[in-house]
Amino acid sequence: MSRWLGRLRGRSADHERSGAVARERLKLVLEYDRAQITSAQLDEIRAEIIDSISRHVSVNRADVRVTLERDGRLVAEIPLDSARPAPGGGR
Amino acid sequence: MSQGFTEPPIGYTNEAADRAAADHARKGSESMPAQVITVTSGKGGVGKTTATANLGVALAARGRNVVVVDADIGLRNLDVVMGLENRVVYNLIHVIRGVTQAEKALIRDKRVPGLMLLAADQHADKDDVSPDEMDALCASLRPFADYIIVDSPAGIEQGFRNALAPADQVVLVTTPEVSAVRDADRVIGLVEATGKPSPRLILNRIKPELVAQGDMMTTDDVVDVLRIELLGIVPEDGAIVAATNRGEPVALQAGSRAGQAFHNIAARIEGERVPFMTLDASQQSFLDRLSSLFRSGHGPAGGAR
Ligand SMILES: Nc1ncnc2c1ncn2[C@@H]1O[C@H](COP(=O)(O)OP(=O)(O)O)[C@@H](O)[C@H]1O
Ligand SMILES: [Mg+2]
Repeated sequence: MSRWLGRLRGRSADHERSGAVARERLKLVLEYDRAQITSAQLDEIRAEIIDSISRHVSVNRADVRVTLERDGRLVAEIPLDSARPAPGGGR
Repeated sequence: MSQGFTEPPIGYTNEAADRAAADHARKGSESMPAQVITVTSGKGGVGKTTATANLGVALAARGRNVVVVDADIGLRNLDVVMGLENRVVYNLIHVIRGVTQAEKALIRDKRVPGLMLLAADQHADKDDVSPDEMDALCASLRPFADYIIVDSPAGIEQGFRNALAPADQVVLVTTPEVSAVRDADRVIGLVEATGKPSPRLILNRIKPELVAQGDMMTTDDVVDVLRIELLGIVPEDGAIVAATNRGEPVALQAGSRAGQAFHNIAARIEGERVPFMTLDASQQSFLDRLSSLFRSGHGPAGGAR
């Protein structure tokens, strides 16, 4: 019943809610507006940063954030994974 | 700095209100210099004029002298939202051009001692005023006020630069929509580029039911991307429509959620720590029921705070 109601209101599982869609679209336009770097490029930068840092220390991949600030600064937040020892070699 | 008036403004005859105003002028703080707060947005229609009128009411209700200035030249409407349109004789252009003095152009709002309006000129053009002239205008208003709140036009053109020029603080209004937040981001960049402090954010027209069902961006979503200080959240409220129809800002009424939100924002502007409204849908419907009970006369007729 509640599933049926949910579907009636567009709440089916395979549809992301529009609020979340709006948030993602907003992030994309702002990335572009702020420095005209595409989100694909940002993803690439993020991957390369993770690769290069993890040669030295262990990082938690999922927690690494690379964002473009309004003033044109590229900011990377890289929480170190202190629980695990550094891998000690390249990958 | 509250020095009151050397002569009563046009159309101001009510003796009781006069006394209240005089009391009020004494109450205003003596040491604090006037603060110019510019209310702006990127996108139009997000609630700048509504916010200006209600913050004017709410700050004046706290015992401050407040001048609200309609800098949306050519599209004057702050006077209408405040219900003072019939009392406008002089406007901002008259003061800037020296046709009259500031104190003669200010319209005192009889409902709230300490609240004054300087109207825009319906027939002038934004380009008729320069940022320097706006600066000088606000300087001439400072002796009358603790706060000067400037309602700016939409966009990032001349009118925006005029409104921004005199600002000590900037309040940025947006709704939780992609286009409005995107434009807000642009404005933040422009404000910061002038060396002024980062704007503080009012997130307007939040619909708790939509947020609850996931169909509206949350306050956190918007604050996360804009990365400026949150000054307040204002729910979507039918009372605003009715209030605007009547020319009585919601902050004048007891029991409205939006009015309460503006009183909270006024308190934060004055440095008080007021918790943000919790806007979950179930609570809203409960409060709505409660406030309609109040309106029907079963509850206390307290202020909106
Ligand atoms: N919180 C709100 N709830 C309901 N209506 C609102 C709210 N805020 C603004 N409005 C309405 O939205 C419209 C645009 O608001 P306004 O203050 O004139 O915007 P702006 O000055 O930014 O163009 C007006 O009709 C106003 O009554
Ligand atoms: Mg307006």
